[in-house]
Amino acid sequence: MTTTQPRVISFSQRLSKWDVKFSPYLYISPFFILFAIVGVFPIVFTAVISFMDWDLVRGSGTFVGIDQYTWILQQPHFWTALRNTFSIFLLSTVPQLVLAIFIATMLDRNIRAKTFWRMSTLLPYVVAPVAVGLIFTVIFADKFGIVNTNLQAIGLDPIPWHSDPFWSHVAIATMVNYRWTGYNALILLAAMQAINRDYYEAATVDGAGAFRQFWSITLPSLRPTLIFVVITSTIGGLQIFDEPRVFDQFGRGGAGQQWLTISLYLYDIGWGQWNFGRAAAMAWILFLIIVAIGLINLLVTRTLLRTEGTRSPVEKSRRKRTQKAVAR
Amino acid sequence: MTVRTSRRTVAAAIAGAATIAIIATGCAPSGDSDAGGTTQLTLATFNDFGYTDELLAEFTEETGIEVIHNKAATSNDARANYFQKLGKSGLADVEAVEIDWFTEAMQYSDLLAPVPDDLKGRWLDWKEAAATDAAGNLIAYGTDIGPQGICFRSDLFAAAGLPSDREAVAELFPTWDAFFEVGAQYTQATGKPFIDSANSVLQGIVNQLEFAYEEPDGTIIATENPDIQDAYNTVVEKAIPISAFPAQWSEDWNASMANGEFAAMLCPGWMHGIISGNAPDITGWDIADAFPGGGGNWGGSYLTVPANGANVEAAQQLADWLTSPETQIKAFLNAGTFPSQPDAYTDEALTGYTNEYFNDAPTGEIGIDRAEAVTVSTFKGPKYFQFHDALQNAVTRVFDGLETPEQSWDTWVTEVSAF
Repeated sequence: MTTTQPRVISFSQRLSKWDVKFSPYLYISPFFILFAIVGVFPIVFTAVISFMDWDLVRGSGTFVGIDQYTWILQQPHFWTALRNTFSIFLLSTVPQLVLAIFIATMLDRNIRAKTFWRMSTLLPYVVAPVAVGLIFTVIFADKFGIVNTNLQAIGLDPIPWHSDPFWSHVAIATMVNYRWTGYNALILLAAMQAINRDYYEAATVDGAGAFRQFWSITLPSLRPTLIFVVITSTIGGLQIFDEPRVFDQFGRGGAGQQWLTISLYLYDIGWGQWNFGRAAAMAWILFLIIVAIGLINLLVTRTLLRTEGTRSPVEKSRRKRTQKAVAR
Repeated sequence: MTVRTSRRTVAAAIAGAATIAIIATGCAPSGDSDAGGTTQLTLATFNDFGYTDELLAEFTEETGIEVIHNKAATSNDARANYFQKLGKSGLADVEAVEIDWFTEAMQYSDLLAPVPDDLKGRWLDWKEAAATDAAGNLIAYGTDIGPQGICFRSDLFAAAGLPSDREAVAELFPTWDAFFEVGAQYTQATGKPFIDSANSVLQGIVNQLEFAYEEPDGTIIATENPDIQDAYNTVVEKAIPISAFPAQWSEDWNASMANGEFAAMLCPGWMHGIISGNAPDITGWDIADAFPGGGGNWGGSYLTVPANGANVEAAQQLADWLTSPETQIKAFLNAGTFPSQPDAYTDEALTGYTNEYFNDAPTGEIGIDRAEAVTVSTFKGPKYFQFHDALQNAVTRVFDGLETPEQSWDTWVTEVSAF
């Protein structure tokens, strides 16, 4: 014969309950408010503008649907820019990773003045991209550049750095490699140092040479880090802007769009032609391209990680060895 | 316990809000306030207008108005800033605009305070005409201009069997045809290019046309304009074979001023400093009082007063003072910015001005002659820069051998059809 009565709680109890419930959200809210203002809002606003013919000065526009998107996809410049971006990306990422692994392996050895060598590899990364551009403009100038004057001095033909698309990509990729190789080398070095030294000792006992050890122990263990490095380089590579922009005096990718990249084209549409509707559409297209490449990366990553998760070659060979030892 | 926590919560919330508020207001301009009873004005320029602190102090002395001078590094920085803030807020009370992007600003002439009627006639006709909008309002105060002469290497001219003193050289270039003829002679005699770049010739020819790519009513005539087609053909056929570079301002171009890669340049007043800076040890440079096919102007700037500024009237006073013939002469002596006010052309400081580097050439006199030889003010619509840039690219493609002249013209036509 009891009636359930609502439990009476004091105000202070209720306050403390709210405190537990809501305070954490309040504490983390500054970041999210800031993120909403400087992160989400611009992205959404860009999407809105991409469907409009936008006048920046008067801050108004008219709705034009997907016209801006179709306009961009019909531009020959867009496709040239896409080709250039991927070409520069490949020319920079592949040699850069090979070189970074090599440098990291060297630094991983027991050498004198370790910190000095490690800091030296990171030095180019500290130099601002624009400064790198200025230095390399002098190196890659067509007539009086350092490379071409040396080539001519030994009787070879000068390289047309600024008129041939391929050579312009090589020059720009060189700037990228100069800046990022050391950075990637240090990340890979950190991963190398985390590899259990027992593996190497065992391998040495087994009579494996340095090259064999590198191929069978170091590389497989680096796989997750390599994947990380590849993904970050991909994103950076697809957004490449500074280096091609400072490659000549105009910064618009060359008279025949030899080294126009997607970001450069996007910038020119926005700030050169003041067409922010088209620039916004372009930004979204670039975003979608990066998402697509990111998904491909993810798929590749998954397959690679799965093979590593079950049996890494190192573990397999070790187990075989133990089995053999036991059998003996 | 509870009370303490919640007080902390409030404090955290306030701190968070304050952070955001600081960030949000961090980039707001802080000028425009009346400090100590004097009005403050902001003035924004780029590169070097010759407006030194001493010069601006003279204005403060006369009027009691203090001037804060902000300089952007390049005209491009100033352009981006200008259009981001025009019509909103944050522009300086007086803003400098370069002629290259002035046509873009003309589209928004309603957002600028017009120049008072009593100042009309202060500037050269074509300088004023270019700043007058469709409604007949003069919307900007002319500062400097770039009257072009011909800079040449007298030593290289002499070596090639051409006349080398400046009066005789000036006789060589009455028309573009004569100019190309001399160029061909020089190239044949020496095996070296005659002029620095093909695109500066294009610039020179296009700046003598009445209409370039657009008509005042907005009709786009770029690809149909026979004058433009002629200009392109002339440059491709006659200028490219005698040019050292496709365009200016590259690393090679800068270096080549000293090592005799070419013998002549189209030379606005502001180019003098660039040549003497790039080739300090060369003694052969000189200037001829001539320009093929009449006068030619290249470059120059204006001052504008955004209509929504806090002190429009005082700002107009400052712009008026800065562009008066007397002040403009001082700016010229400070930074070589050639005056656009005819009244300044009788000033002895200008008429007697000589340039030691260029073999003591009377650059003041030459500039005046060249400025007065300009008769045409090319109509440049809002998209002038885009059209012209694309045409320059077309010339560069031919120069680099990427495309034939016909292909490159067709590429240009396709390109500009998308603008």
